[in-house]
Amino acid sequence: MIELSVTEWISVVLIVLGIGFMAIGSIGVIRLPDFYSRTHAASKTDTLGILLVIVGLMVLEGFTINMGKLSFVLLFVALANPIGSHALARAAMDSGLKPLLFRKGELDGSTTQSSTASARSKDKEAGSASKNPRSEDLS
Amino acid sequence: MNTFLLVAATVLMVVIIIPLVRVWKGPTVFDRLLGANAMATKTIVLIAMIGYFYDRIGMFIDITLAYAALGFISSLALAKYMTAEAHPEENDD
Repeated sequence: MIELSVTEWISVVLIVLGIGFMAIGSIGVIRLPDFYSRTHAASKTDTLGILLVIVGLMVLEGFTINMGKLSFVLLFVALANPIGSHALARAAMDSGLKPLLFRKGELDGSTTQSSTASARSKDKEAGSASKNPRSEDLS
Repeated sequence: MNTFLLVAATVLMVVIIIPLVRVWKGPTVFDRLLGANAMATKTIVLIAMIGYFYDRIGMFIDITLAYAALGFISSLALAKYMTAEAHPEENDD
């Protein structure tokens, strides 16, 4: 591993960075709580990771005909991956999947329950009153 | 350099397997589609790396391009299908 040339070291750094970004994206697809937030993890980090790894393979290849073909793969991935994720998110939005706007503890501040909030304690009412304009804007 | 690519491809295989959990227990069908799309886009890089092991990178890049186009078109077609399933009355065009 020590006697690598300079271009091979650049390629190693690019491939390791790209695989790191793809690993972060894979963990985000599992761990994030909502479909639309998972779309962030699946589209952006995957696109950047694939671009970095393919640029690393291009550096490793040198100026040959295969570098031109890898640049076609690069261009196609850079165009197709965000378009596919956007189409999927728009299909989910058109079919009525609601985004997760509040966490589970914050659902007390919705507009339908604000009239019945007078029976609660003072601090909880103040918390729901601060949540109210945001939920009206988003509904 | 070949040893490094072998280790990188092994790590990449583990990274590709991880979104299968989201395909398995996704609450909606869009989560499953998102996990399958994430796996398909990462497989592009794995196929391009396998080409370096066999020293036939030209042939494997063609396979990579075909696989990328296939995944992109299937993702778009499934997205259009899910939109048409949700609104069947707007499907006149």
